[in-house]
Amino acid sequence: MTASLFSHLPALQVVLALLAAPVCLVLRRHGAAWLIATGMTWVLLAIALTLLGRVLETGTIIYSLGGWPAPWGIEYRIDLANAFMLVIVTLIGSVVMPYARASIKAEIEEPRIYLFYCMYLLNLAGLLGIAITGDVFNLFVFLEISSLSSYVMISLGRDRKALIAAYRYLIMGTIGATFYIIGVGMMYQVTGTLNMADLATLVPDLYGNRTIMVALAFLLVGLSLKLALVPLHLWLPDAYTHAPSAVSAFLASTGTKVAVYAFARILFTIFGGSGIFDDFGLQEILVSLAIAAMIGGSAVALYQSNVKRLLAYSSIAQIGYMILGLSMASVIGMTAGLVHLFNHALMKGGLFMVMGCVFLRLGSVQIESMEGLAKRMPLTMAAFVAGGFGLIGIPLTAGFISKWYLIQGALEKGWWPVVVAILVSSLLAVIYVWRVVEAAYFKPPPKGAAEITEAPASMLVPTWVMIGLSYYFGINATLPLDIATGAAETLLGGVQ
Amino acid sequence: MEFIGLINYWIVIVLMMTGFYIVISHDNLIKKIVGLNIFQVSVFVFYITMAKVKGGTAPILADGITTYSNPLPHVLILTAIVVGVATTALGLALVVRIRDAYGTIEDDEIEKQEGES
Repeated sequence: MTASLFSHLPALQVVLALLAAPVCLVLRRHGAAWLIATGMTWVLLAIALTLLGRVLETGTIIYSLGGWPAPWGIEYRIDLANAFMLVIVTLIGSVVMPYARASIKAEIEEPRIYLFYCMYLLNLAGLLGIAITGDVFNLFVFLEISSLSSYVMISLGRDRKALIAAYRYLIMGTIGATFYIIGVGMMYQVTGTLNMADLATLVPDLYGNRTIMVALAFLLVGLSLKLALVPLHLWLPDAYTHAPSAVSAFLASTGTKVAVYAFARILFTIFGGSGIFDDFGLQEILVSLAIAAMIGGSAVALYQSNVKRLLAYSSIAQIGYMILGLSMASVIGMTAGLVHLFNHALMKGGLFMVMGCVFLRLGSVQIESMEGLAKRMPLTMAAFVAGGFGLIGIPLTAGFISKWYLIQGALEKGWWPVVVAILVSSLLAVIYVWRVVEAAYFKPPPKGAAEITEAPASMLVPTWVMIGLSYYFGINATLPLDIATGAAETLLGGVQ
Repeated sequence: MEFIGLINYWIVIVLMMTGFYIVISHDNLIKKIVGLNIFQVSVFVFYITMAKVKGGTAPILADGITTYSNPLPHVLILTAIVVGVATTALGLALVVRIRDAYGTIEDDEIEKQEGES
């Protein structure tokens, strides 16, 4: 019995979240819905860790849904890259959930709270599905499950601007997803298969076929929209600013990250064996877009007065780092990209959670209203400073590890201007983090400011867990680095 | 004659560009969603067209049937239609709430209100 249950873990990883979502909808009581959602995210984390352990032990797990063998049936193929993504998504998901209870209660109207938990689980199911599946059309379906539920979660924000942000994200996201299925259709037209492993053997031989090249263009543009690569990032700042804080924390650290993974899958697993990186100019295009994101995102972040918006622009810059790492197409560059994906998820998740604490007590996340806040909410603001150090990349933080590897990757290629760009972007990060720190620590609180106390422990503890993990993996970085190196080698299997 | 033979693909291109243009150019939030629908429908037509095999029939096991069209893209598109319906429904629901909150569904007027506040 247990043995057969264990063999079905890949399916359970997705199905459990998918089943729990309607249960929340039926219960309608927010306390019960929270209990189910929290329990479920922890179960999913346990499953993801088990799967990672088994992949490390025995290699790639192949699971045919419904017993239909690939390439006819849908196949879940879990290698290190998949398992790593599953752990990231479920880890963030299970840390945000205990935090969400108090934060969501303050930010979403009472009768709508259970809907949030339902959408959260659906979103989790979609993200896990993208991370686990080995079928390109199945990936589209999960992409839309996660996107649709994130539109709903963003629109739950109290401010009416949240509605507009959700609507604009819906339009851009749907265009991105439709571009993606156009690309999938063209690949299917030429190869007659939707299975990634099968495509990986067929597509490289067809390199130069016009339909395949157009398909690649559609796939990459579609996914770039989803992962908010400059210049397709316009939906992101509004969406993260106006969404409820717990939603921003969850989406910022998982939504775009999973799209980055899908991007790498398509580019390297399917098209990796072909010559796209040698004579196509794709590498130059991606590197220049990544640098534009790194510098542009950080520069715009300098001018924001709303801290959530500032963090959103900083996210755009950090996505630039990940794409830069991937586009190096070397093991070290890819490792840097994947490790940064993990580290940034922890840091940015933690920072958005800090903003949730601030919003709970202050009712605002404008920089000027946060003046002198460090005296009144010392633990919360200390978490911001700690997370901010990570964004800058100060040694001992996880952000330092990923930037260190990124620079090593650039040096290996002899890309000096890229190294300069990484340093400039980090310096800009120093400035935008400093602006918040200056207001909170070095300015007196405005006169007549209301007496406020520290955020409740149910919110502070998860925030510090997130920030603490980012330091733990900054000091003891072997584990994520080993996994990321293994994942990079798997993803690059087609290239070398 | 080649043009006639590829007529479906031309329709796909025309529909795709029409839909995409409506999404980009119109300020009315409902028209944008209609444009998005047209854009998606072009993809449905694209999938259905590529599944057709000349002289093929439905894939049923019966005497005398040797060539049949590929049924898989139809099934895929059935899924994509469901996704499209869900997107449209959610988009329209958001438009209703936007109208409640702003009293208008024109993008430029909403931006004007946001600029003032």
